[in-house]
Amino acid sequence: MRSKLVMLLGLIGGPLLLRNLYVILFQLPDEMEQGPVYRIFYYHLPAFLTAAACYLSAMICSILYLKSKDAKYDAIALACTETGLAFAAVNLVTGMFWGRISWGIWWAWDPRLTWALICWLVYFGYLMLRKAIDDPTERAKNASALSIFAFVSVAITWKAIEWWRTQHPGPVLSIRTGEQRMDPFMEQMIYMNTVALSLLAAIFILVRLRQEETQREIDALRRYAHAL
Amino acid sequence: MTILRHASAIAIKDLRSEFRTKEALNGALSFSIVILLMIAFAFDTGAELVSDYGGGILWLAFTFASALIVNRSFARELPNDCIDVLVSSPASGAALFLGKSIASFLLLVVIESICLPVFGVFFNVTWWRNPSQLALVVLLGSWAMACMGTVFSALTINLRLREVMLPMLMYPMLIPAVLSAMTLTNYLMQPGPLPPDYAQWMRMLVGFDIIFTTLALALVETILVR
Repeated sequence: MRSKLVMLLGLIGGPLLLRNLYVILFQLPDEMEQGPVYRIFYYHLPAFLTAAACYLSAMICSILYLKSKDAKYDAIALACTETGLAFAAVNLVTGMFWGRISWGIWWAWDPRLTWALICWLVYFGYLMLRKAIDDPTERAKNASALSIFAFVSVAITWKAIEWWRTQHPGPVLSIRTGEQRMDPFMEQMIYMNTVALSLLAAIFILVRLRQEETQREIDALRRYAHAL
Repeated sequence: MTILRHASAIAIKDLRSEFRTKEALNGALSFSIVILLMIAFAFDTGAELVSDYGGGILWLAFTFASALIVNRSFARELPNDCIDVLVSSPASGAALFLGKSIASFLLLVVIESICLPVFGVFFNVTWWRNPSQLALVVLLGSWAMACMGTVFSALTINLRLREVMLPMLMYPMLIPAVLSAMTLTNYLMQPGPLPPDYAQWMRMLVGFDIIFTTLALALVETILVR
């Protein structure tokens, strides 16, 4: 069933990603001030939105784990966090390339960039914590608590572009600003790519979840064999 | 208020135990002074630089000291399985967390009140321009470090690499509070009126304290029970 779902998501997400790439490269005009480099934005912002959705899912699953003690939720939280970290890395790297071309530097210690990096480090710490605990129940419990704490840094990163008016461009999406600040067709493309990247993230989560479940089965068998 | 009675009993126990051995206190104090010395050697301590970066230098020393203090917070309960006795005692997890946070907070305040004059002497800085405001920033920043540190001390209590994992998890989470405290301290050390974004940074520091204290009180029971 899960394999079919992965296949279905791939069949929808793959062509959508390719179609979006074609539209972004060949159909959308250059931006007036930035020229062609602004196209990075179609991957930069959707990657952050996808990562934020993954982190939110991880936090919800962590709360559900602490309530139910069902290991399934812990496995989903882990899969979501790892996928979120990958998309957050895409967000950081694409932002760095854009900054190199537009600002002339790879990294500016701008509050908005800094919070995104802090957020990445906090979730990297989550993975390190998991690696450092051997007992599965203790690991799941402590990681769930950390995931809830870590989500505060996502909320700060989300609000950072409003709180600090610095080098980094401010919010542009009409759903956030309440006014049309960019061409509707360009804005629509951001949403389309967010959907495509989210489908890709869902595939990653499902595949990682299967790996994690298999790993847990192997660990359980190993413990059983050791007990014998 | 049973929780406050339990918390104060735990805080007094921790402080008494610490002042008997002075393990964490001596270590953290000498470490923070060494950090100040190293920074003084590494950088030009001219007045212009210090007025721009003084807050950063000071809070860097405080943050390093805090890791040593909070690391002992739960680790001192490990010998003789004292942690199991504490967890199974009538005191709730929240009271345990509050008591340990208060003890770490007071120890941090002691260290900071010694480091501040030392910093003033080493870097030739007039740090007492706004004493009441500075005291407020120091207290709020110290509570953030004590509160977060105590939670992460509980999270990492049974880890093999506790000494490494605690700062690795704690420092990124602490950045909003430490950054606010650094910026506010810089503003308070400079002559003239306070800049317009002073209130914004203060809100950030207060908000951090409120959010993380609430989260910690809600989650600490789950973290402690094994």
